[in-house]
Amino acid sequence: MSSAQFVQYLVAGITSGSVYALVGLGFTIIYAVTKIINFAQGEFVMLGGLLSFTLIHSAGIPLVPALILSILIAAAVGAAMYLLAIRPAKKASVVSLIIITIGAAIFIRGIAGQELTKDFVITPSFSGEQSISFLGAHIDPQALWIIGIMVAVTIIVHLFLTYTMVGKALKACAINPVASSLVGVNPKTMALIAFVMAAALGAIGGVVLAPLTPMSYQSGIMLGLKGFVAAAIGGFKSPVAAVFGGLLLGIVENFVVAANWGPFTSSYKDAVALVVLLLILLVRSGKLAEEERAG
Amino acid sequence: MRNYLKYAVVLILVVALLALGGISCSSGGGGGATPTPAATPYKVGALFAYSGGNQPLGQPERDTVNMMVKQINDAGGINGHPLDVIMYDTASDTATAVTMANKLIEEGVVAIIGPTSTGESMAVKPIANQAGVTLISCAAGSVIVKPVGNYTWVFNTPQLDYVAIQRLYTYLQEQNITKIALLTDTAGFGAAGRTWLVNTDMLTKYGLTIVPDGDQKYGSSDVDMQAQLTKINGTAAQAIVCWGTNPGPAIIARNMRTLGMTIPLLCSHGIAFKSFIDSAGTAANGVIFCAGKLPIVDQLPATDPQKALLEQYKTDFEAEYGIGSANTFGGHAYDALNMVVDALKAVGPDKAKIRDYIENNIVNWPGTGGVYNMSPQNHNGLPSDPKQAMILVKIVNGKWTWLQD
Repeated sequence: MSSAQFVQYLVAGITSGSVYALVGLGFTIIYAVTKIINFAQGEFVMLGGLLSFTLIHSAGIPLVPALILSILIAAAVGAAMYLLAIRPAKKASVVSLIIITIGAAIFIRGIAGQELTKDFVITPSFSGEQSISFLGAHIDPQALWIIGIMVAVTIIVHLFLTYTMVGKALKACAINPVASSLVGVNPKTMALIAFVMAAALGAIGGVVLAPLTPMSYQSGIMLGLKGFVAAAIGGFKSPVAAVFGGLLLGIVENFVVAANWGPFTSSYKDAVALVVLLLILLVRSGKLAEEERAG
Repeated sequence: MRNYLKYAVVLILVVALLALGGISCSSGGGGGATPTPAATPYKVGALFAYSGGNQPLGQPERDTVNMMVKQINDAGGINGHPLDVIMYDTASDTATAVTMANKLIEEGVVAIIGPTSTGESMAVKPIANQAGVTLISCAAGSVIVKPVGNYTWVFNTPQLDYVAIQRLYTYLQEQNITKIALLTDTAGFGAAGRTWLVNTDMLTKYGLTIVPDGDQKYGSSDVDMQAQLTKINGTAAQAIVCWGTNPGPAIIARNMRTLGMTIPLLCSHGIAFKSFIDSAGTAANGVIFCAGKLPIVDQLPATDPQKALLEQYKTDFEAEYGIGSANTFGGHAYDALNMVVDALKAVGPDKAKIRDYIENNIVNWPGTGGVYNMSPQNHNGLPSDPKQAMILVKIVNGKWTWLQD
């Protein structure tokens, strides 16, 4: 493998990984606050992509307002999902709530297919399609947007959680919901904020990805799965860990293709995420059980 | 109390949605029929994947059949009998296809057109054959009809996959290209195509070799193929042959542009959609694929036996569903239903006679896929010479252009 090829694989991995990271961030935030694994997380990526296409092409809205509007609509869908599907099932166990999120995912997918488009769609690139040379590798300018926006969003989320009152309340609620409600933090409000944030993060992933690769109403399934693995690599603990999980997954996927050795060929690129997930479960199962006992 | 109200609202919404879905599902049956009370309708079954992974193929098939039923019944039906097409969605699922095929047979259809994909067709094939109902599949897998064997009730209309591959290989040979790389979808269509692409006899016949590291694959829902292409970029491959349907090939074309790769990209007829050009943008330019003549009907000479028919199908379909919507997949359903309609006209609703008619009387019969010549040995009916069976299309400035060679 030449150094140019190495850089090429790395950049491709970081690009895909950045999208997984944004999905993983959403998983982590909702899990931290509510202990729910939101399997509709990938659908928000799809919504971001399809909404931005619809707003640009059917409604004729310029690029930047269309992107912002898409993210806002997806965030509203996240709020609606929490208020209409999760909150009414208040006494349900966490497992039931997780199953509800799967139902919500199928619902969102179906509505998007019916109401937005059944085609594969692609949106205009943010800054042209002429690729940039970097250390012998060729990079699509959109890939730089994806990486840049992912880094910026991660920093913003980190600052928000660390330095703002709402962010601190979210963290408090994640650490101990009972104690935090005693000091005036409403866990229901925090859960709503978590769902809105997660939906918006997914949609950001969608709007930046849509100019690079065609998306359809079914695109959320695989992206959701990869984001879940990203969050699992990070242990569902810290948002920053989920981001590194996403990047790691993206890079490993691409180097599996590069290896083309024994069972490691391009046929199994998608299986990498599942293998990584299994490894995590094997390695962590002991630790998870301990945490369970500790409560 | 308020809670119950909330659930009631949700329930009503769900019921309303299901009802809407039900209406759109059943719209195939006798759309626009003007039945004459005296004549009993002729019942034909149809199975298409208008949801799920094969939806981009199944939807134009469904739309085509709906359009044809309306046209035929508006014109007074078949010998005065209204045509009633009972159509079900297979949801791209073989198990559903089997269930629905059994349902159609119970409902007494005289023939079935579809299913959309090779997998579904292989599952339905024994059922139709056992029941003695003619099945005209709209899938391209050669396994469906080659050899005919005991499955005497089974036909298909698309150009067969191995003929399509030979068409591309013929072109490569003429261009003096000897080293190629493959990039195939791991799912159904791509995997079936790959078995022919890597067939040693086939490669030897056209003087081709697959370069080491040149047999790459991708997942149907993969969003990026740069890694596979980087791998191919490091080989001596002079061309890439890609076998898959949307969106994979569009991503590959875009990634090749990003990587600055200039070797030709040759694709299957699975990209003969306008949406390929929309998705790939300017990266679509230069891509070559094999297809039936529909994409380049405007460039055909007036003497072509298919020209009038193709133009009519395209005009009618696009009047109903929008400019640029007609594609070869709808054409497969068009040919299949027309064969059944011709048989019904000639022999009436007799299942065995319909089968015999299609096997023996569909001769020199122009359809959208080509000029069909069915026989007891050939239940596809299209020429086996690749150059006669299919044409090559090159995308130039975002337009389908006939690549005559």
